[in-house]
Amino acid sequence: MKMSGAKAFIEALKRENVKLIFGLPGGAILPVYDVLYNDNSIRHVLARHEQGAAHMADAYARVSGRVGVCMVTSGPGATNTVTGIAVAHMDSSPMVTITGQVATSMIGRDAFQEADIVGITTPITKETFQPRSAKEIPRTVKAAFYIASTGRPGPVLIDLPRDVQTEECEMEFPEKIELLGYRIKVEPDPLQVRRAVEALMNAEKPIIIAGGGVILSNASQELRALSEQLMIPVVTTLMGKGAMSENHPLCLGMIGMHGRYEANKLVTEADLILAVGTRFSDRSTGKFDEFAQNVKIIHVDIDPAEISKNVPAHIPLICDAKIGLTRLLEEAKKRMARRSNTKWARRVEEVKEEAKSVYDLEGDLKPGVLLKTLRKMLPEDSIVTTGVGQNQMWAALFFDVYHPRTFITSGGLGAMGFGFPAAVGAKAAAPSRIVVDVDGDGGFMMTSQELITSIAEEFPVISIILNNGWLGMVRQWQTLFYGKRYMATNLKGNPDFAKYAEVHGAQGFTVYSYEDFENAVKESLSCDVTSIIDVRISPDEKVFPFVPPGKSLKEVILHE
Amino acid sequence: MSSNEMHVIVTLVEDRPGVLFKVTSLIRRRNFNIATITVGSTEHEGISRMTFTIYGQEDELRQVVYQLDKLVEVISIVAMKPEEMVIRELALVKIMMPNNGLQTEVMEMVNRYRGHVVDMTPRTITVELVETPERIDSFIREIGKINIIEIARTGITAVVKGADPTIKEVGVNG
Repeated sequence: MKMSGAKAFIEALKRENVKLIFGLPGGAILPVYDVLYNDNSIRHVLARHEQGAAHMADAYARVSGRVGVCMVTSGPGATNTVTGIAVAHMDSSPMVTITGQVATSMIGRDAFQEADIVGITTPITKETFQPRSAKEIPRTVKAAFYIASTGRPGPVLIDLPRDVQTEECEMEFPEKIELLGYRIKVEPDPLQVRRAVEALMNAEKPIIIAGGGVILSNASQELRALSEQLMIPVVTTLMGKGAMSENHPLCLGMIGMHGRYEANKLVTEADLILAVGTRFSDRSTGKFDEFAQNVKIIHVDIDPAEISKNVPAHIPLICDAKIGLTRLLEEAKKRMARRSNTKWARRVEEVKEEAKSVYDLEGDLKPGVLLKTLRKMLPEDSIVTTGVGQNQMWAALFFDVYHPRTFITSGGLGAMGFGFPAAVGAKAAAPSRIVVDVDGDGGFMMTSQELITSIAEEFPVISIILNNGWLGMVRQWQTLFYGKRYMATNLKGNPDFAKYAEVHGAQGFTVYSYEDFENAVKESLSCDVTSIIDVRISPDEKVFPFVPPGKSLKEVILHE
Repeated sequence: MSSNEMHVIVTLVEDRPGVLFKVTSLIRRRNFNIATITVGSTEHEGISRMTFTIYGQEDELRQVVYQLDKLVEVISIVAMKPEEMVIRELALVKIMMPNNGLQTEVMEMVNRYRGHVVDMTPRTITVELVETPERIDSFIREIGKINIIEIARTGITAVVKGADPTIKEVGVNG
């Protein structure tokens, strides 16, 4: 069939089952946008800034498990997506970014709105493509979606020169493609599975660290089954939050710099760690050299480059997390391996009891109390997105998550401004569920123009701004490590967020008490427009526990 | 093992624009300590061969190999010890000829290293050497820095010793 590159592009997207594109048009991508004019099988969501479009596509992918798509023009349109792409890359989120590009004859001449986006994004993508003729488009799209969504997922960029979009040619759409240099190993080595189960059975104090990979491979059931079969407690990384329901007695919550007391404590006491789908980020492990010394480590990961990258593994299982956990469980059952009321189980209960007195939950407008209240008021399957900083860590510490893909946060890159557009993207993926952005005043303002997107495109979400008038986490570091010299962290000049909401057509609430908070959440839940809940917390609220940067998990600060 | 042993990495990569950029971008980003890279065509159409030398410990080497292998354009990759391979490097060395009757000595040295004179002026010669990097180093030392006007070296290329190809099957790692 003869058609333009632009038409073939949209046709190829449909074949990938794309239903939604988040984007913002411009000159170099107009031929593709023009094809969408007469085609209502793909919905276009108009973001107000390309960074927002990228975060939306990313969050859409994380909630739905399908590839998220964003589309922008060349030059500034493309460079504005860079933060969004970097977030998706660090957190292994399957996203395809489509950028317009100047015509092939103009590339390299510093043409108007030309940017070398392939060069710029190569280090922060899983793969980039720049088709040089229309004929390459169907195969390029197929490859892009395949690479983005398989193995360890990640963002892929397709840069489309303008003349390639308008060129007409005979098109063939491949059903499958083969990529010589792209192989994925999903089955673990049976020998390593046997070694791993033996080690698990011989361990006295085993623990499982579940990372984002468990969620990406939809392995929550398998994780729970293995944990219950062998009575192994589970801690998660920030990205793994939700991999196991946090009301399960064997789930101890998040580890790391601001990990739960019980989780960090028991990880440091364990004699064996089964790490699944985690890259042992420095924020999870604390000081590498002192993490898990003299501890046997079984590392399950689909990316061979993660094995022994940060923490040396004794038993590597290079495979998909779901398949790896299934094989471990099968092997354990075959050997009738069961562990029960051992000393370790009693120790776990003891530490959990000890932890109860650790958290700061007494007093007025305590973030921990607010998040626990929020949890009680929201349906189980609600989705929470976060900003970055104190708000994010309070949410991770105090908002229990019961299902995978319901806690969406910028873990690796730590990009402020992620929360609100991510909420919009999450709502687009799950329109029937409640979506709440737990944010800070600093981060919210970074992408607050997407408030318009949420109103105009009718994706109502609730944004709870834990407003302390400061860049709170930076201030916390200044308080603890820089002698309270608060350089450039005071956000004086913040708008009145309730009014800010109203001028955008959203509902606004200002909260000074727990009662205000409950009323505001209740009202927000009962109405179908976006609302902003501005919670005036004290700038002196801090996130504890706190393992200072570069320290071991044992050196935790519990209060000021 | 000693901390800075030399390793040779051989890869087959897709022959298309931007591949070298992707490889070097990865090397820079991951802070890998690569000494040489050479690129050339192979017996397969559309596939180039890249040969790297890296000095470092086993775990560093492992990271380099696995990270490079993740690139979609990298089709196959193997890492080997130098003693398992036939290794050659090409050097062009431009030498100022001494005028005190030592010319014969220079020419003898060139012959000893199996070099060829590929260009000549009344005052200079340019010598082509195809040798192991160690032999080239030793030639340069013998000639002496003072007499050398210019050195151009390619970095090494290598094949495994014996009857089998270095990478046995395209698309499968050794």
